[in-house]
Amino acid sequence: MVFMLRRYSIHLILALAGGAIVYSADQEYLGLYTLSVLMFMGVNVILSTSLNLVNGYMGEFSCGHAGFMAVGAYVSSLLGVWLFAKDRVFGVPLLDPGYALYAFPVLILIGGVAAALAGLLVAVPSYKTRGDYLAIITIAANYIIISAIENIGAIGGSRGFMGMKRLVNSMEDVVDLPWMPIWVIIFTILSVWVIRRYVSSTFGKGVSAICQDEVAAEIMSVNTNKIKTVTFMLSSGIAGIAGGLFAYILGYVNPGSFNILKSTEVLVMVYLGGMGSLSGSILSAILFTILLELLRPLQIIKWIVIPLLLIILMQFRPEGIMGNRELGDLFPRLKKLYRFK
Amino acid sequence: MLESFLQNVINALQWGSFYALIALGYTLVYGVLTLINFAHGDVFMVGAYIAFFISTFFLTTLGLPGWVALALCIPLTMILTSLVGVTLERIAYRPLRKKGAHRLYVVITALMCGLILEHANLAILGASRKAFPPLIEVQVYNIGGVTFTNLKIAVIVTAFLVFLFLQWVVTRTRVGMAMRAISYDNFAVPLMGIPLDQIIVVTFILGSGFAGLAGLLFAMSYPVLEPYMGALIGWKAFIAAVVGGIGDIRGAFLGGFLLGAVEIMVVAFFPSTFRDLISFTVLLAILTWKPTGLFGIAKTTKI
Repeated sequence: MVFMLRRYSIHLILALAGGAIVYSADQEYLGLYTLSVLMFMGVNVILSTSLNLVNGYMGEFSCGHAGFMAVGAYVSSLLGVWLFAKDRVFGVPLLDPGYALYAFPVLILIGGVAAALAGLLVAVPSYKTRGDYLAIITIAANYIIISAIENIGAIGGSRGFMGMKRLVNSMEDVVDLPWMPIWVIIFTILSVWVIRRYVSSTFGKGVSAICQDEVAAEIMSVNTNKIKTVTFMLSSGIAGIAGGLFAYILGYVNPGSFNILKSTEVLVMVYLGGMGSLSGSILSAILFTILLELLRPLQIIKWIVIPLLLIILMQFRPEGIMGNRELGDLFPRLKKLYRFK
Repeated sequence: MLESFLQNVINALQWGSFYALIALGYTLVYGVLTLINFAHGDVFMVGAYIAFFISTFFLTTLGLPGWVALALCIPLTMILTSLVGVTLERIAYRPLRKKGAHRLYVVITALMCGLILEHANLAILGASRKAFPPLIEVQVYNIGGVTFTNLKIAVIVTAFLVFLFLQWVVTRTRVGMAMRAISYDNFAVPLMGIPLDQIIVVTFILGSGFAGLAGLLFAMSYPVLEPYMGALIGWKAFIAAVVGGIGDIRGAFLGGFLLGAVEIMVVAFFPSTFRDLISFTVLLAILTWKPTGLFGIAKTTKI
């Protein structure tokens, strides 16, 4: 019995928590505001864990994560609106909006694939470029992506693009459930699981070898170029998934919301949680989202208080909340209760 | 055709001068500490605001003539801005350095300091833009169809003078020798009796002071001030510094002018919204071709 509990406790907790959120959203116990905060929490968890893959586990300094998010957001929302919704730009939908429900995960995943391809923009230069020079390439990639989107007038340019709400509504017309929270929960769990599997795989060993010493790793027959390509693409692909979800939650995207400030926000979440700690990233994404919402009444002062908190954190606990340890390392007794692979 | 080209060259030199002046500050700090001082762009913004307050004080409250106000404004702005830079170093970076924290944490701290400077400005002074008072009378010259102003020439000349000065400081003086020594090996240098902290403070004074000068010149050339003006220019100047080969004075200078030239030429021949797209693509290509920048030297790594 205990063995069974240990094996399935995580599944059970996640299923219960997810079910509770979906149920209370369906019964409208949760207000729209709370629900949207919860959904952004999920998006932030995806973003911070995926950036942790590059910044924490691989030890590179990527500060253009929001650019890949933008690619995912635009590709999945453009495709979705083109196929399933009536729109000013694309006219009548190509397919019956009733299919939107089944196609939605595919749309988000296609956004992720597109973002992974955009990740090549960083992955290819990273073969030769290292450290701060690579940081610049990531910033430049962010600028290039944003600027490219701004210059395509057909998709709204800097005014942005909307119409995703219709797709969400048509999903709810088919089966009357709060679909957005469901998808956010599913994709959050999925991407955390994928990242967890990835870092504990053979590739993951290569990733941490690169983090510790790239040259030595190469001598020890780690194919660094291959591992860098896969890691950058995975990280940016998952960021693209987060971007797609973000776009459908808001129902509106514009290039301005994926600028370098957004990238900084994600960076903050990663370093707050601790580099190379998945549970730290999850925890800090949740905390950071709550903090942002709690400090909302302060308006502009919010952006003085948050950096100040971070500076103080850096002074007294520079390794972040969790360091590079996981929850199980901090509380060894917990390990008896769960198994997470 | 030649005239418009020459016109664009002058514009590019002026626009590049700002990037070069800010990039010099990045590269100085990086050369000594290997720290990307992301707050530097915002120090530039603070410099512009300091210049604004000083010059309005002199012009309207004391009623001094423009050139006297300018002559007082330049040193005062530089001193006050370098105080801001040194304060940042003292409060935020030095404690971390003493603790031996990983340099990425210092970078994050620098980012946060920049955010604080921006938003503190926004909270204290409000979101309204400030108009910089005209300090000198702008005269327009026209030689063979190429127009330029005395201000543009002053900006370009200043950038060159600052470059020569910094190059002299770094290569010819004892302080500069200490800076180069620290960037070579910051563990052995204190053992040789070189005061590490003092040299770092001098570095921050130089970098921030010239950022303040850049802020003053920028405010005189484009007399509208807003809290976010430093952020974008700061990021771009940093990119310019890296393309030149970060840690090298010549690299920062050249990178700044290169970025300025690319941006002006793009605007001259394409719609202006393409500016960021094309200039960053060019920079990406340069970094892919020369991974350590134009002047950067690839370091040998020991295992």
